[in-house]
Parts: sequence; C-alpha cells; structure tokens
Amino acid sequence: MEYLASGFIKAVELLVRGDASTWSAVSATLQASTWSMMVSLLTGLPCGFALGYFDFRFKRQVRTVLDTLLALPTVCVGLLVYALISSRGPMGEFGMLFTLPGIAIGQTILAFPIVTAITASIVENIDHDLKLTLVSLGAGKKDIIATCLWEVRYGILAAAVTAYGRVLTEVGISMMVGGNIKYHTRTITTAIALETNKGMFADGIALGIVLMAIAFGVNLSLSFLRKR
Amino acid sequence: MTVKKMTSGLLAVMLVLALATFAAAGDKKELMMATTTSTDNTGLLDYLIPHFEKETGITLKWTSTGTGKALKLGQNCDVDVLLVHAPPAEKTYIEKGYGKERREVMYNDFVIIGPKADPASISGKTISEALTAVKTEGALFMSRGDDSGTNKKEKLLWKNAGTGLPDKEAWYVQTGQGMLATINVAQERNGYTMTDRGTYIKYQDQQGGKAPLTVLVEGDDILLNQYSVLTLNPKNCASAKHDLALAFSNWMASESAQKRIADFRLLGQKLFIPNAK
Repeated sequence: MEYLASGFIKAVELLVRGDASTWSAVSATLQASTWSMMVSLLTGLPCGFALGYFDFRFKRQVRTVLDTLLALPTVCVGLLVYALISSRGPMGEFGMLFTLPGIAIGQTILAFPIVTAITASIVENIDHDLKLTLVSLGAGKKDIIATCLWEVRYGILAAAVTAYGRVLTEVGISMMVGGNIKYHTRTITTAIALETNKGMFADGIALGIVLMAIAFGVNLSLSFLRKR
Repeated sequence: MTVKKMTSGLLAVMLVLALATFAAAGDKKELMMATTTSTDNTGLLDYLIPHFEKETGITLKWTSTGTGKALKLGQNCDVDVLLVHAPPAEKTYIEKGYGKERREVMYNDFVIIGPKADPASISGKTISEALTAVKTEGALFMSRGDDSGTNKKEKLLWKNAGTGLPDKEAWYVQTGQGMLATINVAQERNGYTMTDRGTYIKYQDQQGGKAPLTVLVEGDDILLNQYSVLTLNPKNCASAKHDLALAFSNWMASESAQKRIADFRLLGQKLFIPNAK
C-alpha cells in the first residue's frame, strides 16, 4: 500500500525537480494530442455539422457506421496505422513509424468519429422552432447556419473535451506506432505501462497523477471559456 | 472571434508545428535501432548511449521489443540497426539476405529462477533434468511466449529435455511481455521462469537485494547468451543508414565502449561481459 503514498510524493518530486524523462513524456503526449485534436476538429466539426443539419439519402446508415466507430479499439487503429506507415506500407516513404506525427495520425482516426458523432447529435437537436423563427424573420440560409453554429458552441466544446479525453489517455496507438522510445515517442501512458511492467509502481502512479493534472488543467481552462 | 478567424488561426498554428517537425527531422545524423528488452530494462543503453552520441555525433533512438520482432522490423526496413541475442536466428537472417555484418559485442548467461521453496526441487539439477521435473510436478512456469531471443532459447531447451513444448499445459504461462515484466509475473504467482542474468540482477536491485525469486539452475554451456549488433543488408533495405549502423557496430566493439560495458554493475555484479573480437 505504501507505494500509493510514495507515488504521490514522487509525482510532485519529478515535476518540481524537472525530471528530463518525465517532462519529455509530458511534451510528447501534448504534441501528439494537440496535432490530432486540431486535425480531427477541423475535419470532424464540418462533417458533424453537415451530418446533423442537412437531410440526405443514407443519412441513417452513415450515422450507424459512425456510431460503431465510436467503439474503435485503439489497438486496431494502432495496427492499421502501423501497417500503413511501415517502410513496406503504402505510406512508408514518409518514414513516420516511431514518430510523434505517426501517433498523431492514429489518434486523429480515434478522435474523428467522436467529434463528428457528438457534433451531429447536437446539431440534430437544435430546436426546430429556431429555424422557423429565423426564416420568418427573413434570415438568409447563411444567417441561419451561423446562428445554429452559435447555438451549439457549448455542445461542440463538449465534443472536443470528450475526444481529447480519449486521445490523451489512449495507450494502444502510442505503444504500437510510437514504439515507446525514450525522449522521443514515450508518452505518459506508454511510460506508465513500462513502469508497471518493470514493477516500479510508484513511478507509474506518479505519471498517472501528472496525466490527470493535465486533463484537469484543460477542463479548468475550458470552463473559464464557458463562463465568459 | 469569428469562425473564419479561428479556423485560419488554427491552420497557422498547425503549419508552424508541421514545419518545426520537418526542420527537426532534417539531415541530422540519426540512427534507429531495434533491440531486446534486456538491454533496455537493465538500463545498459541509458548508460551507454549518451557516450556514443557524444563521441560520434550520431543520435541513436531505440525501441525495445523481443528479438523476433526486432528482426522483423529490420526485415521491413523500419529500423537501421539491430542489437539482438539469438545467434542461430541471426545467422539465418544474414543467409536470407536481410542482415549484412554481424558483430558479437557482449554476453551473459541464462538462468532458471524460482521461489526459494523450490516446489519442483530443481535446484542444482542440469537444465534438462530441471525442466523435466517442472513438467512432472506441473509447477508454474512463466514463459515470455513472444518469440524473443530468450523465448527462442527456452523453446530449444524444452526440446532438448525431450519433454516437447508444453504449449497448452495449464502450468505453462505465456506472458507475451518483456523480461522484467515476466519476472514480476513469476514473483506474483510464485512460479519459475528463465531469464538472462543481467535482467535478473536488475530485478534484484529493484527489490533492494531481497528478491523472493532466486537462481536455481545455472552454469550449463548451452545457457550462454550472446548479444550481437546486426547491420541490415543495403540490398534489402536501401533506405537503412548502413554507414551509421556500421559506425555504431564499430563503436560497440571499441575498447572504450567494451570497458564501459564491463563497468556497468548493479549490486556489485556485472550484468554483461564484453567479448568483441
């Protein structure tokens, strides 16, 4: 039991002392998750909005596929991306295996369905009367879309936070695609897996606390954004 | 902030990040190595590689995995150089045209470790006798089960003992994990396992010298564990950095690196013994 307490003390110690391997894991985690979140938001938000806003054939089928992708296992994404970017794979020439951009590709695939599906759900649930009111007020198509976008801003924030939570905490993709290379692609989660494997529980717990602190920081700043 | 502004802002940030990545990946001398878990878990590479980087100006990145997968990574050209420990597999590898130069750099030995109570009474027996006793008693035995160098050797030992590979036996636990992880499983479940001595000493060190698992079988010639640096065949992998790989191979065999390997000790014991020719 004492390693729970010593893990907590060690977490503070690692961060305060500026332990190089801990900080490089924090930086790798932040870099990969930031890239993947930006790409998945830039692509997922418009797709989700279109899916929720417009009516088209096979809309229901697309939603079903998308909802299934919410359950995408990280190890399958890892395997897929690994096969794609391995030297012998179709994207091998870019040399992205064992790099942070490689991890980011996998995490983007993980986050995209989450962003898209949640955004679509929220846009679908916009009060129908809102559109009618806008039309009766003589608003053009552009204005209606803009107003709808403004209405769902907090919902989009929720989509982003949910996706970020998944990306930040995944270990399968980082381990398989990143290779857990010290000072390069060792993220917080793969470092925890390694420390546990080595039987160094205190170190693992310390890193877990660091990860939770990051998640807390992100949510805290977002809650400020919401208040304003 | 309008959506347009936000989007263009995001795009700008992304562009900067992407450029920074490419700039960092420029024509710096960088070598990618696949190695076994034992060289990494023991801390040998953490201790050795900074010297290599300082003396040669080459950045070395490594991923640690079983020897089987390391060889596969080389075959697929995902790495530039290998530090592995499965001599028969390495020789076939070169014959098949995947590897080019093979240089032996250091060795230690494999040992069978287990609980002090020694339920199958294997202590002091020869390796074949010990494995037969484990099988007869149905005592828990942890295997790496990952086609690593250690796992290859272990399978060979079962074959030599004439017991056949106990693949589906309930007492034969295949962890599919690294060496230190497997030792920890053996400790948790009070079982036997086979490990290289370097990783065992590291484990002892972590337990503060009071490890519940102890060495029970050792000393047979067949338990020798040779580590070698393998460069890849440019004919198979034109993209692999063969010259840098050779530089690493030469450095590992150099007098100063060999001395450093010999100086690497935990609890006063050598983990690896240099033997480059």
